[in-house]
Amino acid sequence: MSPEIIISCNHLTVAYEDKLALEDVTFDIHRNEFWGILGPNGSGKTTLLKSMLGLVAPVSGSIRVLGVAPANLGPLRDKIGYVPQHSQVDFNFPLQVREMVLLGRCRKMGLGKRAKKEDYEAVDKALERVEMSAFARRQIGRLSGGERQRALIARALALEPEIMLLDEPTAALDVGVTEGFYEWLNHMHSQLHMTLVLVSHDVGVVSQFVSAIACLNKTLVAHGRPAEVLNQESLEQMYGCEVMLFQHGRVPHMVVPSPAHQHEHQHH
Amino acid sequence: MDLLQYAFMQRAILSAAIIGTVCAAIGVYVVLRSMSFIGAGIAHASFAGVSLGFLLGVNPFFTTIVFCVGTAWGIAFLSERRKVHEDSAVGIFFASTMALGILLIGLMKGYNVDLFGYLFGNILAVSSNDLLISLIIAALVIGCIWFFYKEFLLLTFDPEMARVTGLKTKMLNLLMMTLMAVTIVISIKSVGIVLVSALIVTPAASAYLLSTDFKNMMLLAILFGVGSSWMGLLLSVWFNLASGATIVMVATLVFFVCYFMAAHRRRHKFSGRTRS
Ligand SMILES: Nc1ncnc2c1ncn2[C@@H]1O[C@H](COP(=O)(O)OP(=O)(O)OP(=O)(O)O)[C@@H](O)[C@H]1O
Ligand SMILES: [Mg+2]
Repeated sequence: MSPEIIISCNHLTVAYEDKLALEDVTFDIHRNEFWGILGPNGSGKTTLLKSMLGLVAPVSGSIRVLGVAPANLGPLRDKIGYVPQHSQVDFNFPLQVREMVLLGRCRKMGLGKRAKKEDYEAVDKALERVEMSAFARRQIGRLSGGERQRALIARALALEPEIMLLDEPTAALDVGVTEGFYEWLNHMHSQLHMTLVLVSHDVGVVSQFVSAIACLNKTLVAHGRPAEVLNQESLEQMYGCEVMLFQHGRVPHMVVPSPAHQHEHQHH
Repeated sequence: MDLLQYAFMQRAILSAAIIGTVCAAIGVYVVLRSMSFIGAGIAHASFAGVSLGFLLGVNPFFTTIVFCVGTAWGIAFLSERRKVHEDSAVGIFFASTMALGILLIGLMKGYNVDLFGYLFGNILAVSSNDLLISLIIAALVIGCIWFFYKEFLLLTFDPEMARVTGLKTKMLNLLMMTLMAVTIVISIKSVGIVLVSALIVTPAASAYLLSTDFKNMMLLAILFGVGSSWMGLLLSVWFNLASGATIVMVATLVFFVCYFMAAHRRRHKFSGRTRS
C-alpha cells in the first residue's frame, strides 16, 4: 500500500498574462516524502509552489492539495507552512522576532482573537527548533540575512504544519552553512513527519537528502528518486546546456557553466 | 484656566483628543504601508463633498463621507488591477475631485459659506452635533482596529503571507481604506482638508522613529497625536492663531525632536561600548 497522496498535479499549466510559466506538469507528492524541486532561473519553481498555495490559478489542468483545489483550502491552510524566496517585507518594521513568528498563526488563532498560551508555546517551540530563542525579543531588522531566514522558517513552523514549502531557503546562507542547514532540515523531516517540498539550486547537496526530485524547465523534465533522475541526459535537458557530473558517493555532483547562479548568490 | 468654562473650549478639547487619537491610530498603518499620498488624496476628495453639501443645502458631513469613502474604494479598486499604479490612481482622484468641487462652487450664486473653514479647519467652531458624530465614528474606527489587530498587522507587514494564511485580504484592505476615509471626514471640521493628512502621518512617523515594537508604535503615535492636538489648541487660543495650522506645527516639531533623538541614539550605540 502506498502512502496517501498529499499534493497532486495533473497536466498543470500556469501562465502569467500570456506567458507560460508551467506547462503540462504531472506528478504526485505522497505523505512524508521530501521533494527537491530543481531547475534553472525562470523555470517555474516558485510558480509551482505558488500554485500549491493557490496564489496563482492554473489555466488548464489541475492541482490538488490535501484533496482539494488550493483556492478552496480554507482551514486546511493551517496545515501548510510556506517560506518564500524573496520576502518583500520591510525589515525595518517595528516588530520583534517573536511577534513576527506569531503572525504565522494569524488565521489559525481565529478572526479577532488574541494569542493564547498554546499559540505562544508553538511559537517558542518553533524558535527553539531554528535555534533563535535568544533572538525572540530582537527587532527583525537587527538580524543577519541567515537569522532572518531562520526566523521566517520559524514563522512557518509555528503552524506545526504537515506540509512545508521552502523556496530556496539557503539563498542567504554562505556555502559553509548551507550543508548544515540541509542536514538540519533532514533532521526536522524525520523528526516531525512533515512532507517537505524544497526548491533549490544546490543539486549536489540536495540530492543527498531528498527522497524524490522533480526537474523543471517550464515542463517537468524528469522526476523520481535522485539516483534515477540525476543523469547527464535529464540535467542537460533541464539546464539546456552541457553539464559535467562528478561522482561523489552514491549521487553525482555537477557543474553548470552558467555565471547567472554565482550572480544570484552574491545578491542575496 | 477660566477658558475651560466656555462650552466651545470644552468641545474643542474633547474634539482634539478624539481626532488626535483616531488619526494617529490610522496613521500607523498609513506610515507603515507608505499610503500617505492616499490619505492626502482622500482628504482632497472631501472638497467636492463639502461643495456639494453647500450647494444642496444639506449637512456637508454626509456628502463628504460619500465622496471620501467612494474615493478610497475607487483607489483600492483601480490599483487592484495591476495596470494602474496606486500612485496614479490617487493622482487621478486627487485632481478630479478638486476640479469637481470647484465646478460645484461655481454653480452657487455668490458663495458666502465658510469654505475657508473647511480648507484649514477651525476646532473652536466644532458643534456638539459634530462632536457626537465624530465620537461615534472614532469609537467604531478604534473598535475595528482593536478587533482586527493581528489581521491588520499581518496585512500591513506581509500582504503575501496574509493571503497564504488565508485571510480575506481584499476585504480587510477595503475595510482599512474605509476606516481611513471616515477618520479623515471627522477630522476635516477641526484641522481642515489641506492639513488633515499631516495629523495622520506626522505623529505616526514620529512614533516609528522610536519604536521597535508595533504596540509601542501605536501607543506612542496616539500619545503624540493627542499631545500635539492639545498643545496646538492651547497655543492657538493663547496667541490667537489658526488652530489647525498650530496643531500641525506642534506635531511637526515633535517629529523633528524624535528624529534627532533617534539619530542621537544611533550615534551613541556605535560609539563607545557595543550593546548586545
Ligand atoms: N508575477 C509575474 N508576472 C509575470 N511573469 C512572471 C511573474 N512571476 C514569474 N513570472 C515568469 O514566470 C516564469 C517562471 O518564474 P518563476 O518565478 O516560477 O521561476 P523560478 O524557477 O522560481 O526562478 P528562480 O530560480 O529565478 O527563482 C519566469 O519566466 C518569470 O519571468
Ligand atoms: Mg523562484
